[in-house]
Amino acid sequence: MIAHATGAPSPQPSPLKGEGESDGPLRKGEEGSGGGLLRRRHVLDLDDFSRDEITALLDSAEAMRELLGRSIKKAPSLRGKVVLTLFLEPSTRTRVSFEQAGKMLSADVINISGSGSSAEKGESLLNTALTLQAMRADLIVIRSPHSGAPYFLARNLQRMGVVNAGDGRHAHPTQALLDLMTMRRHVGGLDGRRVVIVGDVLHSRVARSDVFGLQALGASVVLCGPPTLIPLDLLHGSGGESLPDVSVEHDLDRAIEDADAVIALRIQQERQGAGMLPSMREYTRRWQVTEARYRRARPGALLMHPGPMNEGVEIASSLAHGPGAQIEEQVTNGVAVRMALLYQLLTGGQEGEAE
Amino acid sequence: MSRPILITGARVIDPASGSDRTGDLFMRDGVMADAPETLPGDALVIDGKGLIAAPGFIDLHTHLREPGFEDRESIETGTAAAAAGGFTTVCAMPNTSPAIDTAAVVDFITHRAREAGPIRVLAFGAVSKGRKGVELTDMEELARAGAVGFTDDGSPVATGLLMEHALLYAGELGLPVMDHCEDHSITAGLGMHEGPVASRLGLAGYPSAGEESIIARDIALLGLTGGHFHVAHVSTAGGVEMVRMAKRRGLRVTAEVTPNHLTMTDRWVLGCGCSTAVIGGWLTLDAYDTRAKVSPPLRSSTDRDALVEGLRDGTIDAVATDHAPHTFGDKATPFDEAAVGISTLETALGSLMGLVRSGAIELPTLVERLTTGPASVLGERFAELASLAAGTPADVVLFDPEESWTVDVSKFASKGKNTPLAGQTLQGRVRMTIAGGAIAFGEAGR
Repeated sequence: MIAHATGAPSPQPSPLKGEGESDGPLRKGEEGSGGGLLRRRHVLDLDDFSRDEITALLDSAEAMRELLGRSIKKAPSLRGKVVLTLFLEPSTRTRVSFEQAGKMLSADVINISGSGSSAEKGESLLNTALTLQAMRADLIVIRSPHSGAPYFLARNLQRMGVVNAGDGRHAHPTQALLDLMTMRRHVGGLDGRRVVIVGDVLHSRVARSDVFGLQALGASVVLCGPPTLIPLDLLHGSGGESLPDVSVEHDLDRAIEDADAVIALRIQQERQGAGMLPSMREYTRRWQVTEARYRRARPGALLMHPGPMNEGVEIASSLAHGPGAQIEEQVTNGVAVRMALLYQLLTGGQEGEAE
Repeated sequence: MSRPILITGARVIDPASGSDRTGDLFMRDGVMADAPETLPGDALVIDGKGLIAAPGFIDLHTHLREPGFEDRESIETGTAAAAAGGFTTVCAMPNTSPAIDTAAVVDFITHRAREAGPIRVLAFGAVSKGRKGVELTDMEELARAGAVGFTDDGSPVATGLLMEHALLYAGELGLPVMDHCEDHSITAGLGMHEGPVASRLGLAGYPSAGEESIIARDIALLGLTGGHFHVAHVSTAGGVEMVRMAKRRGLRVTAEVTPNHLTMTDRWVLGCGCSTAVIGGWLTLDAYDTRAKVSPPLRSSTDRDALVEGLRDGTIDAVATDHAPHTFGDKATPFDEAAVGISTLETALGSLMGLVRSGAIELPTLVERLTTGPASVLGERFAELASLAAGTPADVVLFDPEESWTVDVSKFASKGKNTPLAGQTLQGRVRMTIAGGAIAFGEAGR
């Protein structure tokens, strides 16, 4: 330790910006978030969403779900708005979900993928984004293999909103919102509920965003998985600074005890090649959500999976298609929450309710 | 020939002689001299009142980028940045294109440096041909051309066996082998310390163990081979401790640390420009600050404190900038894709004076680590570069320890504007740099 004054502040070169500033509402909207409706340009993660804001958004998503049930699935709310989806990583459900959400509200949705675009010619992400902004699009939805890419865009785009559709292993806020919506519909209020997230937490952007959303709504979160697939700082010692107040339990039999909901994460085969897992067989034996394990959860506990699913690896096939699972409903809710989000972001909720 | 210069009434810190006094400094014909009874008519008199005068700083670790990467820096702009930062000698790193792996490239650098101005540029040669980690360079020929040591910096010496041979061969030439200690088999991600911040940001980390394992390897080899192992930019508490123990064993191991690792932590990647950021809160738009991406990464506050203590107690011999200029485009990317490195020459003193003001290190000790410390790493023949004694080269820095200034990267002499200190206020500023008796930076009129 430094041999100077006890507990003295760290030796910084200058009176830098104080702590207060660092957690100032830089991304919160201009006029505050009274009423719980979105007053923000970007949605990058759920880490800065209040309970009220999430609740309002989920309420709005419920209204959107009604529209989804109609035979003519179209409302004019976003007519004249342009939404771009820039997917620099393979995706089916998330991209289609955003596209459908935009189209059902009459926005013009333009899809761009990594291959076949200027990204393939070596254009930088910044230049691609500036070019798209210059075409006067209103919002860009980005999926990137690089953690933080949406923050980078939001920092550099003055006129276009940014929605994170999954960045590296960092965050996936709309997935978390649809998980929350599904839980709210099937479990009810989340206060005091126990949610288990099992699998490859280390590489999971879903797990991180789920944790923030669940905690905002009052649920407690247990992370479960092999020690090689849990962030090091959560394992021991430093007390889980990166995700405060979650608990880590490697034994799924114990973790799942009395759970109200279980989210099984996708395991990628590459993890075995990278020496992070002995074998899929061993993984399955220790961390698959099986019938026997499911029986240890609360009766009727909700089973979820962000997809795409490896049936028989993360989750037993019989469960994936059984009564506890709401995996397809998650997908439906995904469209609804994205409709709600696009609507709020592009109209500020100012143009009356979508009908 | 430049005019004789008299600096009056400065606090003169001369670590080589151990003196720290208020007085005058005189130089003529490129060397330090005793002040004459009557001042020559053409002498330039500089009022040093309230200022510190010291031997010009020596940087063991500078990326001048030329030849090959002149869009990032050139010898001309890099030496101008050095002068602005108070450095009169810089050691050019060999990760250029072509690498400094032949005498011809050393000659080229020496020639370009002479064209550029009075700042002394010494070259480190590569350990291996093309920095490929396979065959040793022609070390003796490089040494004859002027190479002052060897390193594959940017990369570690690729294998233990190559390091063993390098230590033996360079050791016989009396030259150090500087190693960029990074175990690629451990490091998952570049430029981000493995810890809570990396975890929060979803970035793959480079754990401290990735540096420590190679430092351990090299120290073990040094015990076998003899010679001189120099640890480039040590960044971990464990690394400092290993160097301390190796020195106690009497091994010829030396170490350097950068001003950045002494003053910043991994929290700077959160983007608020401070080490006290809380990571439990939400990320701001400034998160994933690529300007704070450097290799080795900015580490924890525990590491930083151990580095400061190591610098204070002499375990770490020198402050070296690892000045690593990059273009706008190199850094205007998502974090994973950004280049590593910080443009450091022009902020070094301002950063380091913060350590003095907080009481972490005494000013004379800091001056030692910027002068006699690095000179001793280079060897006895370079001792005169860190001396103010009569007859030694007139390399002098004059700085104001109190002056506050805001870092305006647009005013940098360096082409590299990449620093997380941009817009920050530092206290302690170089007023004048004299190299070989010529004013390399600053205005005589001030």
